Amino acid sequence: MPPITALSTASRGALAGLALGCIAAGASPAHAAGVLTVAMTAGDIPVTTGNPDQGAEGFRFVGWNLYDALINWDLSRSDKPSDIKPGLATAWEIDPANPKRWIFHLRDGVKFHDGCGFSADDVVWNLDRLNDRTKPQYFTQQFALSRAYMTLYEGVEKIDDRTVAVTTKVVASMFPYDMAYVPMISRCRAEALKYDWNAYAFAPSGTGPYRYANMVAHERLELVPNPEYWDKTRIPKQDRLVLLPMPEAATRTAALLNGQVNFIEAPAPDSIPRLKTAGMQIVTNTYPHDWVYSLNYEKGPFTDIRVRKAANHAINRADVVELLGGYAIEGYAMVPPALPYYGKPVRYEYDPKKSRALLKEAGCLPCKVTFVISTSGSGQMQVLPMNELVKSQLEEAGFEVTFNVMDWNSLLEVSRSGLPKYIELSGYNISRLLQDPITAVVKPVGRTYWSPAGSNWGHWQHPESDRLVNAIFNEFDAEKRMKLLTQLHEFESEQAMMIFVTHDVNPRALSPKVSGFIQAQSWYQDLTRISILP
Amino acid sequence: MFGIILRRLVYAIPIALGVSVVCFSLVYLAPGDPLQTILPADASAETIALIRHEYGFDRPIPIQFLLWLSHVLQGDFGVSIATRRPVADEVLGALANTMMLTSFAIPISFLIGYTLGAIAGCFPGTTLDRVVTGSAVMGVSLPNYWVGIVLVIIFSVELMVLPATGMGPKGSAAFNILVWGDAKFLILPVITLAMVPVGILARSTRAAVAEVRGLDFVTTLRAKGLGEFAIIRHVLKNAMPPVLAVMGLQFGYLMGGSILVETVFTWPGSGFLLSKAIINRDIPVLQGAILLLAMVFVAANLVVDLLQAAIDPRIRRA
Repeated sequence: MPPITALSTASRGALAGLALGCIAAGASPAHAAGVLTVAMTAGDIPVTTGNPDQGAEGFRFVGWNLYDALINWDLSRSDKPSDIKPGLATAWEIDPANPKRWIFHLRDGVKFHDGCGFSADDVVWNLDRLNDRTKPQYFTQQFALSRAYMTLYEGVEKIDDRTVAVTTKVVASMFPYDMAYVPMISRCRAEALKYDWNAYAFAPSGTGPYRYANMVAHERLELVPNPEYWDKTRIPKQDRLVLLPMPEAATRTAALLNGQVNFIEAPAPDSIPRLKTAGMQIVTNTYPHDWVYSLNYEKGPFTDIRVRKAANHAINRADVVELLGGYAIEGYAMVPPALPYYGKPVRYEYDPKKSRALLKEAGCLPCKVTFVISTSGSGQMQVLPMNELVKSQLEEAGFEVTFNVMDWNSLLEVSRSGLPKYIELSGYNISRLLQDPITAVVKPVGRTYWSPAGSNWGHWQHPESDRLVNAIFNEFDAEKRMKLLTQLHEFESEQAMMIFVTHDVNPRALSPKVSGFIQAQSWYQDLTRISILP
Repeated sequence: MFGIILRRLVYAIPIALGVSVVCFSLVYLAPGDPLQTILPADASAETIALIRHEYGFDRPIPIQFLLWLSHVLQGDFGVSIATRRPVADEVLGALANTMMLTSFAIPISFLIGYTLGAIAGCFPGTTLDRVVTGSAVMGVSLPNYWVGIVLVIIFSVELMVLPATGMGPKGSAAFNILVWGDAKFLILPVITLAMVPVGILARSTRAAVAEVRGLDFVTTLRAKGLGEFAIIRHVLKNAMPPVLAVMGLQFGYLMGGSILVETVFTWPGSGFLLSKAIINRDIPVLQGAILLLAMVFVAANLVVDLLQAAIDPRIRRA
C-alpha cells in the first residue's frame, strides 16, 4: 500500500512539499554514518501525532526521537536510574504564592523541524490540544492517549514568550514528572495541514533529534538526524534510523542473525546463547519494571496480611530467574534495588514451611485463590511458563491456585475495571511500568487512585499510607520527599502489598557493528549515540 | 452462464448481511474493550465515558450496527480506532499484499497437490501411494508457522540466502515483483503458505481419481482398447471438478490471510491486519475486514463454480 493513500487529495500537495523539505534538510549530516534498523516488539508503528500508542516502546522509538517535552528524561548513563532533566523548559519552580502553580522557563532558539520557532504559545496550544474540546487543534485520540499524565493538570497560561504557568488541581510536588510525558508538536505544521491529523501522521514535525523521512503504514518508519537539534551532544550519529514492528520474537532473532536488522528488542531468553554464538552483543540493565500479582484487599484471603506474606515466602525467585535464563532480577519489593527510594524493604526469602504455618495461623489452609493471567502482552515477559512455575510454588506452600487465562486486551479490561466489577478475584498478574515514583509507589496505595478511577486495583487503604502520600504531594524539597518515598516503599513491602516475583532487565541484542549504545536504567533509551561500523 | 452469475450475486447479499451480524455480535460478546489500546490503564470513569461517547460506543449495539451498515452501504467503512486511517484503505492494501502471496501459493499448491494426488490415485495401494499419502498427511498436519520458522532458520539464518521477514527491503509501498531483491521476500512465505493446500489437494485428488477410475466409463474405455495414458487423461479430467471446488475453498481461506504465517514473516497482509485488529479490539477494522473477506470468499467460490461449469457439461445442464 502506498504510504500516503489515507490522505485527502488536498493534503497531498502540501504534504509532498513538507516531506521533501524534511528529507532535504535532514540529509547527510557531516558526522553521520550507517543505518540503524530496529526490530520493535510492537505490532504496529506507534502513532506519530504526539503522544504515541504501543506503550513505552511508542515513547522510546517515536515519541522521544521526533519530539521533546518541556521536561525530558536523562538517558545518558547506565550506572544510575534515569530521572527527569530540562527539555524545552530550562528550569521550573513552584509559584511561592500558589503551591498549585508551576512556572516553566522555556529554552531560547529552539526550532521545529519545519523551521517554526518554539515559544510559550506552542506550549499553550499543545496543552489545549490535549484538554480543550473547544479548540480546533483538539484531537480525541491524543486526548485519550495523554490522559494518564493529565490527571493533575488544571490549566495553562502564557506569562511571556519564554514563560508559561501551569496550574494543578491539587498541590502536587511531583507534577513535573507528568510534564515529561507531553510531547510538543508543531502548531505551524498542524495549521498548514488544516488539522488533518491523518496527514500530520505522515508529516510530523517536532523539535526532537530526529526528523521524519518516510513511513509505510504498519511496516516501517524512517527517521533522519536533525542537524539543528538544540542539544548538540545528541545529534544522531547515524545516516538513518529505521523502525520495524516485529511482534514475533523468533522473527526478530532471525532478522538480526540474517542481517536485516542490527538492533532487536527483547530476544527470547532461549535464543540468547545462539545470538551470542553468532557474535551478537547482548545488552541488559536493571530498570524500573516489575512482574507481580496485584491483590484484592477488600474480599478474600489476601485481606489478611498473613496470607499475603505466606504467598511471598512461597516464591522461589531464584527458580524464576533461572527459567528466564538469568535475564531477570529477583523481586522482593515494589521497585528494583537500584531506585533511590528502595530503602530497606523486608526480604521475603523462599520458605514454604513458613508459608504453610502462616496460612494455618490465618485459617486458610488449603488457601483457595483465583488469579487472572494473560497469554501475552506488553512487558509481560515469558508470561505462561512463569505463571505455571509460580502456581506450582504457591501450591507447594499450601495454596490452591486457579488461573483464568485471557488475552492481553481482556486482562487490561480487568485491570481498568478493578474490584467493583471483579470483586470475586483474588488478584491478577501484571507487569508494572515504574518509570516515575507516582506510578511506582503512590498510585498503588492512594485513595484517589481506587479503581475504576485509577490504578489502585485492589482498593488498598491504610492510615499510614494515606499520611505518607499526602506528605509526599505536599513536600517540595526533593531530599525530604525522597525520604518520604523511601518510607512509603518500605511500608508497602512490610505490608506485602503484592506478590513480588521478579524485575526485568530488558535484554536487547545488537549486531557487532553497532557501537555507542548505552542502556539507560529506563523504559526509554537514547539512540542518538549509536553509530554503525561499515 | 449469466443466470448462474446473477443468482450467485443475489445470494451474496444475505451472506454479507449474515456475516456482518454474526461478526458484530461476536466482537461484542468477546471480553475486552475497543478503547483499551488508546486509554491508559488508570483512566477515570469520566474519561472513559467521554471517549466512549466521542467514538460512538455509548449507543445501543443494534443502533451501532445499523449506523455502521448504513455507512457501509454508502461505501464508508469508517476509520480505524488505532490509526484513525480509513478502514477501506487499510483492508484493501492488506488484501492486495495477501493476494500477492496467494496468487503464487495457490498455483504452486495446485500443481504439486494435483500431480501427487493423481499419481497416488492411479497407483492405489502401492508404495508410491503410501509415500504420497503420507506426505500429504504430513503437509496438512505440520503447523505452518512451525514450518515457516524452520524454513527461516535454514534459508535465512544458516544459509543466509533469503530474507527472514518483511515485504521488500523498503516495504510494500516500493515492492516490485520483477526485481529479484524484492521478489526473494516472497519465497519463504509462499512455500509455507502452500504447504497446507498441497496436502489437502493431494488427498482430494487421490480420492477423486480413485473414484473415477472405478466408474463404468473407464471400463468401457479400456474395453474399447484405449491405452492406459489416454485413459488416465480422461480420468484426470473427470476428477477435476471436485478438486477445483476444494481449491476454491483453499483460495478463500488463504485470502483471509494466514494469521500465523503472516505474523511469522511480518507480511503486511489481511491475516496480520486481522490479528492486530483482534488484539486491539479495533472494531471498525475487524468489521470491514471480515465483510470484505467474506465477499472475496463468495467471489472465489463463484469463479470456481464457473470454472467447474466450463469443464463439466453436467454441471451446466444442472
